[in-house]
Parts: sequence; C-alpha cells; structure tokens
Amino acid sequence: MEKDAKKCVRDVDHSLYDFRDEDNSSFKTSAGLTPEIVSQISDEKHDPEWMREFRQESLKIYNGMKMSDWGPPIDGLNMDDIVTYVRPDTEMKGKWSEVPDDIKNTFEKLGIPEAERKSLAGVGAQYDSEVVYHNVREEVAAQGVVYTDMESAINGEYADMVKEHFMKLVPPTDHKFAALHGAVWSGGSFVYVPPGVKVDIPLQSYFRLNAAGAGQFEHTLIIVDKGAYLHFIEGCSAPKYSVANLHAGCVELFVAEGAWLRYSTIENWSKNMYNLNTKRSLIEKDGTMEWVSGSFGSHTSYLYPMTILKGDHSRMEYTGITFAGRDQQLDTGAKVAHVGKNTSSHIVAKSISKSGGECVFRSSVTVGKAASGTKSAVTCDSLMLDSESRSDTIPAMDIRNDSADIGHEARIGRISDDAVFYLMSRGISEEDARAMIVSGFAEPVAKELPLEYAVEMNNLIKLEMDNG
Amino acid sequence: MSSELLKVEKLFATVEGTQILNGLDLTVGEGETHVIMGPNGAGKSTLGNVIMGNPVYSVDSGHIYFDGQDITALKTDERARLGIFISFQSPQEVPGITLEQFMRASRSAVTGKPLKVFAFQKEMKGVMETLSMDHSYAGRDLNVGFSGGEKKKAEILQMLMMNPRLAILDETDSGLDVDAVKVVSEGIRQFKKEGNSLIIITHNARILEGLKVDYTHVLSKGRIIKSGDSSLVDEIERDGFKGIDGAEQE
Ligand SMILES: Nc1ncnc2c1ncn2[C@@H]1O[C@H](COP(=O)(O)OP(=O)(O)OP(=O)(O)O)[C@@H](O)[C@H]1O
Ligand SMILES: [Mg+2]
Repeated sequence: MEKDAKKCVRDVDHSLYDFRDEDNSSFKTSAGLTPEIVSQISDEKHDPEWMREFRQESLKIYNGMKMSDWGPPIDGLNMDDIVTYVRPDTEMKGKWSEVPDDIKNTFEKLGIPEAERKSLAGVGAQYDSEVVYHNVREEVAAQGVVYTDMESAINGEYADMVKEHFMKLVPPTDHKFAALHGAVWSGGSFVYVPPGVKVDIPLQSYFRLNAAGAGQFEHTLIIVDKGAYLHFIEGCSAPKYSVANLHAGCVELFVAEGAWLRYSTIENWSKNMYNLNTKRSLIEKDGTMEWVSGSFGSHTSYLYPMTILKGDHSRMEYTGITFAGRDQQLDTGAKVAHVGKNTSSHIVAKSISKSGGECVFRSSVTVGKAASGTKSAVTCDSLMLDSESRSDTIPAMDIRNDSADIGHEARIGRISDDAVFYLMSRGISEEDARAMIVSGFAEPVAKELPLEYAVEMNNLIKLEMDNG
Repeated sequence: MSSELLKVEKLFATVEGTQILNGLDLTVGEGETHVIMGPNGAGKSTLGNVIMGNPVYSVDSGHIYFDGQDITALKTDERARLGIFISFQSPQEVPGITLEQFMRASRSAVTGKPLKVFAFQKEMKGVMETLSMDHSYAGRDLNVGFSGGEKKKAEILQMLMMNPRLAILDETDSGLDVDAVKVVSEGIRQFKKEGNSLIIITHNARILEGLKVDYTHVLSKGRIIKSGDSSLVDEIERDGFKGIDGAEQE
C-alpha cells in the first residue's frame, strides 16, 4: 500500500507554488487591521466580553503570523483591502449593474428567479427565502433543535455552549487566515441537535447566507448530541459575487457518541474569489461524519475538511468533486486523524480540469500510536479535458500503528474518444456526449446530494463545459 | 428490387495509416437483410464504423449514400439521427449514466422532441421482457460490469427502442448463450417486421435462424469478393473461406 502511494506522488513544481516573502512586509504595514476596528466589530455585533477579548487576541496572533508557504499562490489577493472587507460600516453591497455578466448569465441558465438573483449576488435586500428559513426553524424547533445565526447564539440561551466550543477545533493559531477569522468573523449558523433527535429535513444554510449580514467570514458551529442525526447543507450553486474577494470562513462540527452528521457543500464562488476556508470535525465513539463537497467556483481555493476520529469505532466518509476551469487553481482535499481504536475513513475525490485550470488533490491521513484497527482508503480520480489543464495528487501519510490498513489510489485520465463516439452513434451531439461523460464521472458525488442540488450541480457542469 | 437505402461506393478507408477498406461497394435496399461474413481482420467492423462515421477511420475516397443523401462527410450523431444504428462488437462502458438515461437521451436526440417518460418506460419494460432482460439493468451504469452477452442484449434493446431504418449488427451473436441467441433473434425478427433494413456481420449461422436473408457477402481484404443468397452462408459454414476466389488464406 505504501508503495502504491509513493507511485502516485508527483513532484510538485515548487516554483509555481512558492510564496514571495517580500510581500509579507508590505502586507503587515498596509494591512491596517487595528484593535479599534476589531473593537468596532465587537460593538456592532454586541459581543459578550469573552468574545471581545477573543477577537483582540486573534488579531494579535494574526499580525504576528506568517503566511503559509505551500499551496497555490495567493499574491493576487489584495490584503490592503482587508480593512474594507471587515469594517462594519463599510458598504459591502455592490450595485447590480456591477455584477459581472457571466454571473448574471449563470443565474439565468440555472433558472434562478429574478428576485433571488440580486440577493444571491450580494447586492440585494433580504427576500422571501428569509421566510422559508423561519419556517424551517420553527419546524425543527418543535423537536428541540436550535438553528439560529451565530450572533444570536452567542448572546442567547446557548451562549455557554457556544463559548465552550467556539474555535476550539480550529484555534486562531492554526494558520494566518484562521487568526483573521477569529478577529473579524461575522454571520454564519449555529445548530444544536439534542440527544437522540433525528432531524428529517436537511437544514440549509442557503437561506441564511442570503439573509442580510452574511459575509465572507461566516462561522458555522454545529453540535450533534449523542445518538442524534443531522444533514446540513451549506451554500448553493449560484455564484456568490462579492466586491470583497476573500472568503475565510470557518466550520466546526462536533459529533457526539453514536451521532451522525452529514455536511454537504456546493460552492460556486465567483471567479475572483480567494477561498481560504477551514472546516473541521471531531467525532466521538461510534459517531459518523460524512462530507459531501463540490467546489466549482473561486479563483483560488484552499479547502481540506478535516476529521478527527477521536472515539473508538468512529468513522468518516468524504466524497468530493472539484472542477477547475480557466484561471482557476483549486487546491482541495481531505484530512483525517485516526485517534481512537477501530476507526475508519473513506475518502473519494474526483477532479475535473479544463481550459488551463489546475486541480490539486491533497490528502492527509494520520494514524496515532494507540489507534489500533484503523482502516483508511483514499481514492482520487482526475479527469483532464485538454492538454493545457493540470492535475496533481499529493497524498501525505503518517502512520504510527502497525495494525493500520491503509490504501491509496490515484488515477488521471481523459475523456475517451471511443466513449464519445459510442454516445454519438445514438444521435447525441458531441457536446452533449462530452457533458454526459463528465457528468457521469461526477455522478458518485451527485448521487450523494439532495435531488435539487444534484440537478444544479449537473447544470453547473454543463455550464462549465459550455464555457469553452 | 426495393429502393436503395444504403449505398457504399468504391470506399477506401484507412486507420492509423493502414489501408483497411479497398474500394468496397455495397448496396442495401429498403427492408432487406444482408449478411456479411469474412475472415478475422478482413475489415467488417471497420466497414460498420465507417458507415457510422467513426472519426478514428478516415475515408480517402468513395462515398456513402443514405436514402439518396451523400452522408460521407456527416458527423456520427447526424447519421444516427437519419436512422443508422450499429450494434457494436465491443460496446463501450460509460460510468455514471444509466442505460435508461442513455436511451432516453438518445430517443429525444433522435426525435428532437421532449420525451414522454411514462410511455417510454412502459415501452422499455416490454422490450426488456422480450429480450429476457431483468428490469434492473435499465438502472445500471451503461454497460459497466455487464457480461459480454448482457452488453450485446443491451445493444439490441437500444436498437429496438430507437427503431432505426438501418441497423448494422456487428457480431451481436458472439458471446451469447443458446437461449440468449434465441431471444435476440426474436428481437431482430420484430425489428424486421417494421420494414427496416439490416446488415448482419457474423461468423455464425445460428443468429440467422428464422430470418429471411436476402443477400450474403464475403468481405476479404477490405472488399466484397463474393455475393450470393442465403445459401452462401451454409456454404461458408461448411467449407470456410478457402474455396472462395480471392479470399485470404488462414
Ligand atoms: N482503431 C484501429 N487501430 C488500428 N488498427 C485497426 C483499428 N481498427 C481496425 N484495425 C485493423 O484493421 C483491420 C480490420 O479490422 P476489423 O476490426 O475491421 O476486422 P473484422 O473483419 O471486423 O475482424 P473480426 O472478424 O476479427 O471482428 C485489422 O487488421 C485491425 O487490426
Ligand atoms: Mg469485427
């Protein structure tokens, strides 16, 4: 198995990924994110005292931290604008007329109603989905489920629970953007599912994100108590256009003993976005964590949901697809830490690159000394639609227990001409045949999504295929 | 003679620089059934692929006419929409798209009309029954993990669902067990009843049982070297290709 893994490791062209250190100095001086601004955010958000301190502490960490020196370049990110992004009195909303045409077209092709388009683009006011959100909330509240925005949660009935968990899985010291998040986070969802409660309908943050005040630094905190069950869906497939081109959100998921959580994301940030998101989950005994992830948008993404299998017999599954088109560098993957005994992880990743797009799949599997009986399987399939596109697989493993059963497989391929001919021989046009083959490739991910999202994902693939 | 549906005229075709078809002529009338036999590597599958417009093969000279129209330069999907179908010798496996989805897509591509799902499914179930195919196959990924025989049945299912004017069956019988040959033959007979034309490429007379064969051709070294009626099939079954003038020797 080890041998197999090595075979798949390709050399990374470091010149391509190296950060320019000289940028750091200019960054520090011009960033201008001051304690006063952060304190202003605290005022605006009615932070409790501990959160005020937390933000200030995070700011110190942020200012003292270096940029990480791996992954795709982010020097196109204008850090000078950070202040503009986070200042509460900044008018974040743009004008509809400034929303790029390709995004407007996408809305149209996805069949999103006029009223919702402006809101999705982040330039409109609240709209009807706010009502839907409230209805959903009431329905689950009857089961004792708490589903609210983070600002309310931090001052509400569950304030202590929030305090106990907030940025405990992703501490501000984790990396520079986690620190930034700690200092300026705003918006996001809080969900608590009490013991034994099975939430039948998936909760969708889609509704929340469209509501006013949702920004690029949203925090999602989900606690699924013992034996409870939840499916949470984040995002939607319409591009979220924003004047600010940095997204540094944070997702923390706590799965208690015997609980089950599925976290699904279809992300389609606009193509100017630097998506530096951090997602992490902690799984107790017999708990299950399932990630379903589709990444289509952004200019540059760093996205590696991490799962800590702490309890014995806990398990995780990750199913993800990444589609990088022109000018996109999408660095995605999954991490898992096996800590308890007899834990298992199953990571299935797919990537599609087209028109010069770059997909890098990173996986990290660590098996602790005490984690006997670990089982882990990682597969990555890459499809390159032309010869200008790039695809890499970078698996990392740190195995400290001899009983671990670890597998890794990576394949890179192209659309087979024979398959295209076969579909065409039944009257299907070449364009449709290609799109069908690509959708088929993505099917293992689509089938994990609720129908309407699967349909939207397929529409997205068609759109990307059309954007020759 | 019935009116000409397919006419292949002095066709020369190459694949990767090697000439495979050497001035091949073939005319198939409306409602006729033609059998093509010939040694391995003679160019039978190549002929089928070239008629279907597989871009792997290049036509250097000659013409293909379908229903009076020169289709030599048409793309594969356009030919399919005119009513040409081929049951492949080795059908492709396409993951992530089910057999039913595929047939629905091709039905609406060929008719150019939105599909009536319920009626389509009813029809499909009926045909699958005729072919002794379990319905669950419709929900499986296209040919993925199908046995050799199951793939061939799936091709005939597609043929019956598409009801093309001309079907080329490339060794559809190979890989089929005795019972499967029977149901597939029954499917082919049904297809013929509609007045459609057939080109059956085969090494074996079994699949022709109960089928009225109008012409039999021997294809060798990229040309038709002999044509006759159905008795030629028996002759070849008995004596092989050795006795036929111009056939390559084993
Ligand atoms: N895609 C291809 N690439 C290279 N050579 C090919 C290709 N297709 C066909 N050929 C060659 O062309 C010749 C004719 O092949 P073809 O498949 O048409 O034979 P056939 O008559 O169908 O034989 P069989 O009875 O074995 O099916 C063979 O020598 C074959 O190797
Ligand atoms: Mg052949």
